[in-house]
Amino acid sequence: MENLNFVYNLIGQNWLAILVIIVLPLVFVLLYALLAILGELKFASFFQDRLGPMRTGPWGIFQPIAEVVKLLQKEDITPTAANKMLYNLAPFLMFTGAYSAFAVIPFSQYYVPSGINVGLFYIFAVGSVGVIGIVMGGWASNNKYTILGAMRAVAQIVSYEIPAGAAILSIAALSSSLSIQEIIIQQSGWFWNWNIFGGPGGFEKIWVIPFTAILFVIYFISSLAETNRVPFDIPEGESELVAGYHTEYSGMKFAFFFFSEYANMFIVSAITVILFFGGWNSPCGDLTNGWFGGAEWWIILRDVFWFVMKSFFFVFVQIWLRWTLPRFRVDQLMEFGWKVLLPISFICFFFVALWAMVR
Amino acid sequence: MKEKKNIDVAYSLLESDRMRLNVGPQHPSTHGVLRLEVELDGEIVTEVVPHIGYLHRCFEKHCENMTYPQCIPFIDRLDYISSMSNEFPYVIGVEKMAGIEVPERVEYIRVIMAELNRIANHQIAVATFGLDAGAFTPLLYLFRDREFILSIFEKASGGRLLYNYFWVGGLASDVHPTFKEDVLDIIKTVRQTNAEIMDLLVENRIFVERTANVGILPADVAINFGCSGPMLRGSGVAYDVRKAAPYSIYDRFDFDIPVGMGERGTLGDCWDRNIVRMREMEQSCRIIEQAIEQMPSDGDVKEKVPARVKVPKGEIYVKAENPKGELGFYIVSNGKPKPERLRARATSFVNLSVINDISKGYMFADLILILGSIDIVLGEVDR
Repeated sequence: MENLNFVYNLIGQNWLAILVIIVLPLVFVLLYALLAILGELKFASFFQDRLGPMRTGPWGIFQPIAEVVKLLQKEDITPTAANKMLYNLAPFLMFTGAYSAFAVIPFSQYYVPSGINVGLFYIFAVGSVGVIGIVMGGWASNNKYTILGAMRAVAQIVSYEIPAGAAILSIAALSSSLSIQEIIIQQSGWFWNWNIFGGPGGFEKIWVIPFTAILFVIYFISSLAETNRVPFDIPEGESELVAGYHTEYSGMKFAFFFFSEYANMFIVSAITVILFFGGWNSPCGDLTNGWFGGAEWWIILRDVFWFVMKSFFFVFVQIWLRWTLPRFRVDQLMEFGWKVLLPISFICFFFVALWAMVR
Repeated sequence: MKEKKNIDVAYSLLESDRMRLNVGPQHPSTHGVLRLEVELDGEIVTEVVPHIGYLHRCFEKHCENMTYPQCIPFIDRLDYISSMSNEFPYVIGVEKMAGIEVPERVEYIRVIMAELNRIANHQIAVATFGLDAGAFTPLLYLFRDREFILSIFEKASGGRLLYNYFWVGGLASDVHPTFKEDVLDIIKTVRQTNAEIMDLLVENRIFVERTANVGILPADVAINFGCSGPMLRGSGVAYDVRKAAPYSIYDRFDFDIPVGMGERGTLGDCWDRNIVRMREMEQSCRIIEQAIEQMPSDGDVKEKVPARVKVPKGEIYVKAENPKGELGFYIVSNGKPKPERLRARATSFVNLSVINDISKGYMFADLILILGSIDIVLGEVDR
């Protein structure tokens, strides 16, 4: 583990390597967004007893590309009364918030864009940048619906950052580290070493398992609120606020909001996987380490496969929930956040920290 | 400068920082071209003023220039979700005035069609109510089932939305040969889907939280405003024209009037209004089953249709239980082939009038749900 990045091994430690490292996640996000849009369309159709898009390509697999082309062609409208600078800046700020999180997401043990030792803290910090974009867009549009959506988004983020923070804090206490790579390495081995099962340890860890499992549920619920997905999509609550904070946006600027939402979906899924499901670790431990002579390319491929698969599963769960559940009301959401999730997350944090002390 | 500052303070002390928001007519959940002028204090609704008339088509004036049978297509367009049921009171009224006795078979087919239409209407009502709460999937399940009902209507009348099927003295055409089996099949599907919807939507914890204790309409307010249909029954008043003043052959069937009981919250809340619709679908299924069993298998549905409808001088008020409530027609005849006056007591219009009273003090998101639970059709509100 002397080198965090396989790219450095390939082309040496120079500016080109840095550029490649920066661009790789972007390529991934673009491909993933196309896949996720298709997944959303198709899964929604299957849940709803219909076929979904079928005309663009075989089984409609080119639909997301058609959507992107459509959005590119659309007129880019800026309302006359809008604050031009903030209005134009907002979608990009939101995407910046989403994309900066990729800086510390390790896809493999040989690929971390930036191996800083406070990765968890960083991810939590930049995760909140997106909401500035929402507020900026909502306010700058100069529309009553958008400002309502923006205010709701802020109230929601404030209510849900804290339970999510408590969940992240518990894992930091459990692993005694804020470095993402370190947290993942601690969970290596078979799947019972994952943090959702109380992290590595003997049979005596059995009493901490309920708390880590509850923390996972809390984190996942909070992350749904962070990505503004059903049942917490109240900032863009379609039936009340038309389209919420992005009502006035069209064309590519709307696409950026859309794109950030999907990128956020992946990020929260990736964090869930890192914190609770062993990150890039294979569920069957070191069993496949020796295949192909334990070559580096094989390890990278395996890590990426498991990391992406696990993350995609949680993206799928988010899509699944979206097409099943109704929407919360804004006061119920805050009540749920402050009165239910927050106390439970603190209790869990207490017991997990206790376990981390005594083990 | 000092003065200006004082004005600012007074401004905020007066709680004047309220926002006036135009909801509609292009808003996604106003169920048509309704404009609600909403005054908001933060997210709390303090006043709702419905502005109507975007879909006004001079229905009543039009009908004065049409012969009695020619009015029926216009009546279809009142509550375009339940056209069959709209035609029912009108043809009954004209038949009563003209002294026409319709054959048994026609009566049964009319009842079956009207009840199927009630199911179709309530499916839309529940589906869009769920959509207002943010649940998209139940909408598609219910619309899928509605298609089967519409195909029955299509086979009978040729139309899928506007039927012109009930004629004065009979029906436009006879039903297709496999009508009975098809209708029984549909009832089976409707029951199956409704059980699914109960699980997926109506009993869903989030949905109950959203709709229970919201938009409470006490029985006395409902009666004072003249509400009818599921709106009134949701508040616990068991008033149904089919039972209170049976028309056509409704006295021959055994069915219950579902009323709201405040199971999940307070009596008369949005959840109650919705569950009344769910249970009415089941009652309609029961009526259809009985009607299918008793229906004479042959007979000419057009034998009593007069070549020229002659209505003697006089006037009549006739009412029927539309899916949305009591639909009444006041027909004035001067002995000529055209009505002198045709006045419709539109259910949706009356039901909508209560919105300001029941939505004050709730959140903005609740207002949308309350509007959804009233189940209006703008075609009927504006006429």
